[in-house]
Amino acid sequence: MWDYTEKVKDHFNNPRNVGVIVDADGVGEVGSLACGDALKLMFKLDSEGRIIDVKFQTFGCASAIASSSALTEMIKGKTLEEAQKVTNRDIAEYLGGLPDQKMHCSVMGKEALEAAIENYRSGDQVTRELEGVVVCTCFGVTEKEIERTVLENGLTTVEEVTNYTKAGGGCGSCQPEIGKILARLSGSTEPAVAEEEPEPRPLTNIEKIKLIQETFEREVRPLLRKDGGDVELIDVVGNRVLVSLRGSCAHCRVAQFTLSDVVQAKLREFVSPDIVVEEVS
Amino acid sequence: MRTIYLDNNATTMTAPEVVEAMQPFWTELYGNPSSMHTFGGQVKRHIDQARRQVAALLNADPQEIVFTSGGSEGNNLAIRGSLDALDGLKKHIITTRVEHPAVLGVFRHLAKHGYRVTELPVNSDGSLILDALESTLTPDTALVSIMWANNETGVIFPIEKIANLVKSMGVILHIDAVQAAGKIPIDITRVPVDLLTISGHKLHGPKGTGALYVRKGTKLVPQVIGGHHEHNRRAGTENIPGIVGIGMATELALNGLDEENTRVRALRDRLQRGVLAGCKAAQVNGANRLPNTLNVSFQYVEGEAILLLLDNLGIAASSGSACASGSLQPSHVLRAMGIPFTSAHGSIRFSLSRYNTEEEIDLVIKHLPPIIDRLRELSPFVEDELPV
Ligand SMILES: Cc1ncc(COP(=O)(O)O)c(C=O)c1O
Repeated sequence: MWDYTEKVKDHFNNPRNVGVIVDADGVGEVGSLACGDALKLMFKLDSEGRIIDVKFQTFGCASAIASSSALTEMIKGKTLEEAQKVTNRDIAEYLGGLPDQKMHCSVMGKEALEAAIENYRSGDQVTRELEGVVVCTCFGVTEKEIERTVLENGLTTVEEVTNYTKAGGGCGSCQPEIGKILARLSGSTEPAVAEEEPEPRPLTNIEKIKLIQETFEREVRPLLRKDGGDVELIDVVGNRVLVSLRGSCAHCRVAQFTLSDVVQAKLREFVSPDIVVEEVS
Repeated sequence: MRTIYLDNNATTMTAPEVVEAMQPFWTELYGNPSSMHTFGGQVKRHIDQARRQVAALLNADPQEIVFTSGGSEGNNLAIRGSLDALDGLKKHIITTRVEHPAVLGVFRHLAKHGYRVTELPVNSDGSLILDALESTLTPDTALVSIMWANNETGVIFPIEKIANLVKSMGVILHIDAVQAAGKIPIDITRVPVDLLTISGHKLHGPKGTGALYVRKGTKLVPQVIGGHHEHNRRAGTENIPGIVGIGMATELALNGLDEENTRVRALRDRLQRGVLAGCKAAQVNGANRLPNTLNVSFQYVEGEAILLLLDNLGIAASSGSACASGSLQPSHVLRAMGIPFTSAHGSIRFSLSRYNTEEEIDLVIKHLPPIIDRLRELSPFVEDELPV
């Protein structure tokens, strides 16, 4: 049984600002069906640059819905500069606290807000791009996101990182990696700069295909199969890798997420950093 | 607010007859059955009676019943106790991907201690892939542990076929029948299993009680070591009230099997029809199920949110959703079945008992559709995806 505060229950039972703004100035979308929660946040600015209207749609548990609702109330009437200062801790505090395992809901709110502001400023890229190295492939969480959440919330254990970012909460294989990040941020062990690696000889196409297939077998398939999906290599054209997705992932709204963020991240990590994955049916 | 309790696969109400049967054993007949004096010794025949009652549910011999503290202990004792008796002679063990943690956890522990583990897959309707079992049995296989019925979906496995196959290879067979017992007939003379676990609190008996069936001749090394209780298979002064309680509960369960498969089944079917008729994009998980279980997925909504809104109305159910369990991925059972993410996160389990009424079921049928609609209105995925 989750121990929710009255405020969380209130915002879950009577969420504020649900819906869409058709002519929104900024729209941010984070999360996915695969991850179990997703949030779409929209805002409209008045002539002075203040948020006069904000709406959200959330797929997720009670605290995800409550966090989204709280966030909209918190940023209404603020300028984007002011809104940007809202942290995930502020969201959790506004709600009188969230259970530890649910802190990632507040982080999702913060990320959606950033994505929406980014969308307003750059005019494109509604969905969040994964920047940097993907640490947790189950939930598509990058090193950068982990670092930031650790620093902003003063996290010290792997379990806390999982509660706040979900990273490490799937297959668990990245938990040692998260441990290293924590160790590095706390200033212990690990050298600050990595050794400069010599430029490797480019792979021949045969070598590349072999390496891709090995990476599929070892890194990608086990991940997809856990959820009943599978991936098949169709062709390799230069740096473009053509694949076909099977099983549940293929029907699923997150196909795009799985492909670009997980398969591609793995291939970039193990084969070559310039690989682009494309789906063919 | 009255609770409408539809979570009987999690635990059940202790039957009033059971509570009554246990009553004398706290302040009157509290002696130790191992004592020499009459006051203690007289308690022994109540254990004997309970042993007969439990044996009757399985059509077993009373001597083949070992009382335990529940399903988890029964599973641990069966698997670890019989492997210990083999003394590491064979190193391969087989189970399924959809077992209860009280089996899967033991297997994963054993995998770290020198055993090679096979976890058999299931089809999308939850049925076991029998060919996979046949092809993985080898001369090195020590033990197979498979559940009779699944706690999350209610899917029933073909234990007779499995038993014939496994025993033809001379491999030890353990069955986790915690969910099956009291819901479908179990006749140990017709299925050649070696060990079979049941739990008291899943069939209206007291919590913390259970029994392990151990076929005559099956070697078992006790996992709780101490005195000579339970024919040297499980040490510890007997939990007399609990044993009397599970005895009475199994007797009631045996007598109630017909009702379970007629009236309770009809209530479950009524709930299923009503939910599917009232809610769009809902899908039942699992085919060939226990008569009391309905596991249903609602696309594009999250299970914990459904549970909480049901809870506001006093309706108690459970969910395979990640968020409701505190883990971050949906149930391992639904994932093994390949249920797509779009549905797995929004799955709810209703599990009924003989204490449920038609009136209660109709209230759920009335209240659930608006809950699903309301959550879908909140969801960013719905508009374009949902069939009309
Ligand atoms: C299939 C199955 N096996 C084992 C158990 C564990 O039983 P107990 O709670 O009595 O330890 C349960 C109950 O959760 C179960 O459903």
